[in-house]
Amino acid sequence: MTAEELYEKLKKLQEPKGYFFNKDKELVLELLDGLLANKERYGYMCCPCRLSANDRDADKDIFCPCVYREPDVKEFGSCYCNLYVSREWNEGKIKDDYVPERRGQ
Amino acid sequence: MAEVRLFTLSTCGHCKRAKQFLQECNVEYACTDVDLLEGKEREDAVAEVKKCNPKLSFPTIIIGDTVIVGFKEDEIRKALEK
Repeated sequence: MTAEELYEKLKKLQEPKGYFFNKDKELVLELLDGLLANKERYGYMCCPCRLSANDRDADKDIFCPCVYREPDVKEFGSCYCNLYVSREWNEGKIKDDYVPERRGQ
Repeated sequence: MAEVRLFTLSTCGHCKRAKQFLQECNVEYACTDVDLLEGKEREDAVAEVKKCNPKLSFPTIIIGDTVIVGFKEDEIRKALEK
């Protein structure tokens, strides 16, 4: 599967839930490439912006979409990677601030 | 010019942009894609990152004695100008 195919597949699944891909499609495709690379080497789509432990159990909170996506999008309008964002974030109504790492807080 | 050291992940778009930004600024830097390391080498790199960024998040950018976590262009620019 290519990043473009994954993009189309996930877009249909996630938008109805209120999660939109970042309008910066180049970044999104890079992050989706990262997910595909992690699927290849670890066997699961570990977050492309976090260091995998290469241990399914240890990484289960950061399988994409990670468990932190909901609180991060609620607070910042974007997930940690800027992969998934809110409609308002994409419309520029929410400032594109760095999303700090919530994991381990 | 202060020494510039980057710890990154090969799968992270923000890490890639941090490297691109430094290249555009014609800044020399040493960079390690921690996810591509294995065994002892990986352990040592993780320990080094944790020393200055206990959260072990990426990119971790060290410019002289300034540590910047995340691709924050303004902070990087300021640290380079020091």
